[in-house]
This record gives sequence, structure tokens and C-alpha cells, in this order.
Amino acid sequence: MKIIVLIKQVANKDAILRINPQETWIKEDDISYETNESDGYALEEALRIKEKRGGEVVICTMGPPRVKSVIKDGLARGADRAIHISTRATGASATEEPLHFSPFQTATRLAEALRDENADLILSGLQSDDYGYGQTGVILAELMGFASATIVIEVDASVMDGLRVKRELESGWYQWYQMPLPALLTIQSGISQIRYATLKGIMAAKKREIKEIISTADTAGVTSGQTIARVYLPHKSKETKLLGRGDAKAGAAELAEKLHSDIRII
Amino acid sequence: MSKGILTFIEHRAGALNRTSLEAITAAQKLGADRGEEVTVFILGSNIESLAHEIASYAVAKLLFVDDARLADYTPDAYTDAATSIVRQLDPAFVIMTHTYQVRDFAPKLAARFGRDVICDCIRYNINGSQVVFSRRVFLGKLDADVIGSASPLFVTFQSGAFRADQAQKGSGANVERPVVEIGAVRMTPEPPFQETKQAVDLTKANIIIAVGRGIKSQENIGMVEKLAQALGGELAASRPICDAGWLPIDRQIGSSGQTVAPKVYIALGISGAIQHLVGMKNSSVIIAVNKDAEAPIFDIADYGIVGDLFEVVPALTDAIAKIKAGSL
Repeated sequence: MKIIVLIKQVANKDAILRINPQETWIKEDDISYETNESDGYALEEALRIKEKRGGEVVICTMGPPRVKSVIKDGLARGADRAIHISTRATGASATEEPLHFSPFQTATRLAEALRDENADLILSGLQSDDYGYGQTGVILAELMGFASATIVIEVDASVMDGLRVKRELESGWYQWYQMPLPALLTIQSGISQIRYATLKGIMAAKKREIKEIISTADTAGVTSGQTIARVYLPHKSKETKLLGRGDAKAGAAELAEKLHSDIRII
Repeated sequence: MSKGILTFIEHRAGALNRTSLEAITAAQKLGADRGEEVTVFILGSNIESLAHEIASYAVAKLLFVDDARLADYTPDAYTDAATSIVRQLDPAFVIMTHTYQVRDFAPKLAARFGRDVICDCIRYNINGSQVVFSRRVFLGKLDADVIGSASPLFVTFQSGAFRADQAQKGSGANVERPVVEIGAVRMTPEPPFQETKQAVDLTKANIIIAVGRGIKSQENIGMVEKLAQALGGELAASRPICDAGWLPIDRQIGSSGQTVAPKVYIALGISGAIQHLVGMKNSSVIIAVNKDAEAPIFDIADYGIVGDLFEVVPALTDAIAKIKAGSL
């Protein structure tokens, strides 16, 4: 089975975000990056399916040169090869802001790059931790004619002519679906324990192929369904009483007093 | 010329998903602001009584598709039917609530029209001829104002962005039964189920002490357990803690876990991603401890301590013990 895993590089969860002077996005140059959480689980699931059914796991990521670190990590964990779709316009300088795409624009570029791969299965995380659209995978499936299922929390790969997948519904409900291949699944975080890269894996990764694609899909030709006009800090819905003025122990003492005399639970 | 607002009503075997009423409220408000009529649509099989119930809301039209192929939700059949309806009505806006089911088929529907969904919005504002939709990005750390480019605009609102009890009743909507085209349905659903009867019912707890990623390792949970005992509260967690197996899944708070509204909710080392906040934001008093002063949890906290939970928790447990000793 040929499995492609879509992996995105996103701002580190603990990164302090600063808004750019145009107020259109964050300043991207002074933060650290990591693999989008649910995409890491998607790769783990792909590796497990390959262990059962055989085949190949190919990771695919789109973005500026910095996303290479995500590719290296994925290869070290066991992916067989990688595809890197460059999003820079031809001739753009290395310091130029990366281009931003709506999910339909991203999916269009991915479809163009992946169509000739003839994959049986495409996995992605359920949403990115930056834009949080949760749509790129589903739209890609539609563009490629694949069946799709979202928020998948278990995959039963023992069904020979397809897959059985467990979707998470709300409030603790679940549902199994049988589906044929080719298919696209968006994977929920926590589907399994993610393996670490071994030293052997890291060494082997150096020899694996990274295919570079400069996307020719003309962004101007694919209308964006939506444009971000402005980003800003959320308006606070409550006035928070801060306790301790930065001193944790003093804060704890003040809080105990509040719990006793104001909130009255002790 | 695209006109009107189309709204989707979700149900499971005829049982209304009440967050769909929030979509009706949103559509009615936007309709009033823009001078547009609201049409709702329901897809299913043998759901006459639900259709009757929905027709009592103040909407111009109810489009009701009763088809055996829509008895159980599948993305193929739902997308096909919804595509037919959107093509026939040609609305300016398609408004839905950002539920798990909508997340499964709405992007596929929008893709049929060569675009995507402006999703998980928390509010909208009218700016001249434009509607500006606001949504959270970076797991709730920032807000983004978004403008759509072409009709129909597919928009989903986060659960809780509008109130279900503000959906206005009317004098009875016209019910139409549109003919829809449904092609091949590739997926076969099995009946939905609940994993196990939840051992812990956190919805009944008065005091909840919840831990997040900031707790760093399973060994540290004992420290929080002591605090929970001192306060007579229940221990709970955000998703990553349950994913890692540090606490059982029946203690998970958030969109995929339990939704609670205790008298006191103490969030320790929880940054406050949207998925967690929807499960606890209606708590009477919210107390947050986090070393990141910018963490979104502080946006909804009544009391906050910016600091290391490993210092705060033992000190707080001691202070509580002293107060208790003094008051006995």
C-alpha cells in the first residue's frame, strides 16, 4: 500500500507570537517551529499500517526551506522518502515572507504535486495548530476523487479491499465506517503512541530521497475563498484578577485566602 | 445574483443537534443586518416530526429532503444532496455550526464550488457592504478578521458563538421538498456508540482541578491529586494528558470529552486551546495557573497566577491545610 502523509511545520506551541507591522500575520523569523501535533500522529499511523500491509510511506510537506527540518524528522522516524513543495515564487529572495494560501489553494497545489504518485491512502492531521482550518485534507480528497473521513481515532487495516475507520463524534460518541481505497483520513491526536527517531533511523534518513517540486499551480488563477484582513490579540471576555504579582508562592497564599473568604469553598 | 442565507440543521436519527439552533440564530441576525431571507435545510429519512419542529422557527422556507440514502450520515450522500440544494437556491451565505459532522462534509461541499469554508468563527461584524468574520488562530492565541471573496460564502460558527435560546419562532415556514441528486455512496456506516459508560461523571462535580501539558510528566500528577483532595474536588485533564495515558479518558474536559460548569474550575498548566475552553468556559469561577502570561486561558479566568505550577500547587495545598486547621 502506498501511503502519503501530509505534514505541516507550525510555530512551536510555547513560542511567544509577535504580530507583524502590517497586522496581517505573525513575525515568522524570530520563532521556533515544530511538526504540527496531529500530523505527527498521522505519520505514526501510516508507519503502523505499512508494518501490517507492506508498501511505502511518503511524507509530503509544503513551505519555505525551513520545513526541511520536519522532513528530516519524518524520515528519521521511518518514512521511506519525502516530497517538498516549495511555495516561494520563482526568484523570490530567501528573506521574503512566505506566501499564504487558503485551504482550497493549498489543496489545489497538493493535488497537482501528488496526482502522479497514485497513492492508495493519504493521511493528514485533523487540523493545523496555526490556521486551524481543518479543511485541506478533505478538499484534497474531493479534488483527487478519494473517499474521505475526518477525526479518525482508530484504523482497522485488516479489511483487505479497503479500510475500517473509527471516527470520533462529539461528547464521547464514536462510529465505525467501512470505506474503499483510495481514501484520505484526517487523524486525531492520541491515536497511538508516537515512536521516537532512533540513531539508526537518523543515519538512514540521510540517504533517503527528497523530491523537490516547485509548484506551477498559478495562485492567482485559483481564487482564495477567504483572505485574512487583520490579526490581533483576542479581546478579553473577563477581567482577570492577577494574584502574587509574579511571585508564585505569594500567589498561592493569596489564592488560598480568596478560596476561603470570597469563593468560600474552604 | 446570489441571495438569501441557507442554514443546515443537523440531527442523529431525527434527534435535533441543539447547536443547529445556534446556526438559526446566527442566520436570523445576519439576515436582519443584510436584509436577506433565511432558508433552512434538513437531510434525512423518516424525520417528519423534526421537520415540523424546525418549521416553527422564523424562517422563510424549510427545504426538507426525505431519502433513505440520507438515513445515516455519510459525507458522499450529504455533500451530494447539499450541493443540489445550494445550486438550486444560489444563496449569498451558507451558515452552519462547526460540529464534527459539518467539519466532515462542509469543506467537500465548498470545494464543489471552487472554494473553502470560513470556519470556526466566533463572531461577525458588518463593515459597509462587507461582512467581516472573526476566528481564532494559533490555538486561540490570536484572532483573525477574515473576508470572503465570492458568493456563496460558506461559514461555520463555533458552538456557543450564538445562543440557541435566541432563535426566534415564527408563524410557520413554507415546507418544500426539493429533488436532489445523490450519486455513489462509498462509505458504509456502522451504528454510533459510546466507548464505555463513563466511570466518572464530572458534570456533577462542584470543584474541578484540571491539569494540562504544563504538568510535564505522569509522576507530577500526584502533587495535583493532593490539591484535589485538600479541596474536595475532582481531578480532570486536557486532551494531551489523556492521550499520553497519564489520566483515564473519562477525566478529559473539552469538545471530545466532558462539558462541565462547576462552581470552581482550577486550570493548572493548561494554555486554553479552543477545544478545551468549550468544555469548561461556563464554570462559575475560573482560576488559571500558567507560566505564560499570554496563554488564552487567562482570557476567561476570574483569577490568575502567572507562575510555575510546581511552586504554586504545593504552596496552595499547604495554605489550604493551614486555613482548614485554623477554621476547625
